[in-house]
Amino acid sequence: MIDLLAAADVIADKPDQVLVGLKAVGAGLGYGLAAIGPGVGIGLVVGNAITAMARQPESAGMVRTTMFLGIAFTEALALIGFVVFILLNFA
Amino acid sequence: MKFQAMGLYFPDIEHLLNWPGVLFEGSKYFELNKVGIIYLWAMIAPLILFTLAIRKSKLVPTGVQTIAESSVDFVRENVVMQTIGPDGMKFMPFLMSLFFFIFFSNITEVIPFIQFPGNARMAAPAMLALVVWVVFNAVGIKSQGFFKYFKNTIIPPGVPAALLPLVAVIEFVSTFFVRPFSLAVRLFANMLAGHLLLVTFAVLSAALWDTSPLISIVWAPFVVLIGLTGFEILVAFLQAFIFTILTAVYIGGALHPEH
Repeated sequence: MIDLLAAADVIADKPDQVLVGLKAVGAGLGYGLAAIGPGVGIGLVVGNAITAMARQPESAGMVRTTMFLGIAFTEALALIGFVVFILLNFA
Repeated sequence: MKFQAMGLYFPDIEHLLNWPGVLFEGSKYFELNKVGIIYLWAMIAPLILFTLAIRKSKLVPTGVQTIAESSVDFVRENVVMQTIGPDGMKFMPFLMSLFFFIFFSNITEVIPFIQFPGNARMAAPAMLALVVWVVFNAVGIKSQGFFKYFKNTIIPPGVPAALLPLVAVIEFVSTFFVRPFSLAVRLFANMLAGHLLLVTFAVLSAALWDTSPLISIVWAPFVVLIGLTGFEILVAFLQAFIFTILTAVYIGGALHPEH
């Protein structure tokens, strides 16, 4: 309890530094969380594309184009997380 | 703000945001910085490539002509034919220009002494996305008429009536706002992330080279740096391809509505 009060004193003394620290923590957590979903998603897209290509090698060209489209849509979320990271840390 | 992590000194983040002019300094309208020169190069390089290719064109292509013809063939077969179909051939010049501009301003990321992708500044991707937005909407309005295009865009076929208000709002936002935004952010963030990755490993290699007596561990980040350079060449190509193919998909969707 006393430790918490001491910490509160420090925070009240230096709000700017605490803000910088919290921004860094938020940015790191935000990027990490934003990368989970797209990671799983790209895995699913590419895995299913490989299955499709292995079953029907003659349709590989079409499947590859569609796969890149799927990757592009899925990846956008992770990239927005990256942009948020940059904005929080440096803007 | 100096950025320091674990004894490594990273270049100031200001280096990414403020670019001093290097040509025509002080002039109000003609001052060019490094990024501006990269855009000029990305504009002129395809011109030079295709001028060289057609100057001595032969039936059986050799040299530069092979590169030019295979790139045209690539965009035609993999972008236009796969997404729009034969009537998309009239968009070939637009898509080729997009592809080559983006590719040549991305590839400067790995060219020694330049080493900065032009598209890692938000201005160019945002402008390109705006151009694409105008083009696919104009194509849709021209081929279907304003109200029909609008109706076909925000009301997908086969949606139950109860869900229609929700779906219409989602489709409206995703077509007219999220599409250009995600196009621009995808290109920008991919190139910036690649650049930061290369910078990180270059700084690490340099710092180890300067300080470490264990010369063998210098090679680990350096080998990763070389590998990443190869990977970034792939990314530069892939991002140009993805931007072009998404443009083609949007134009195709505006040209042939789902029934």
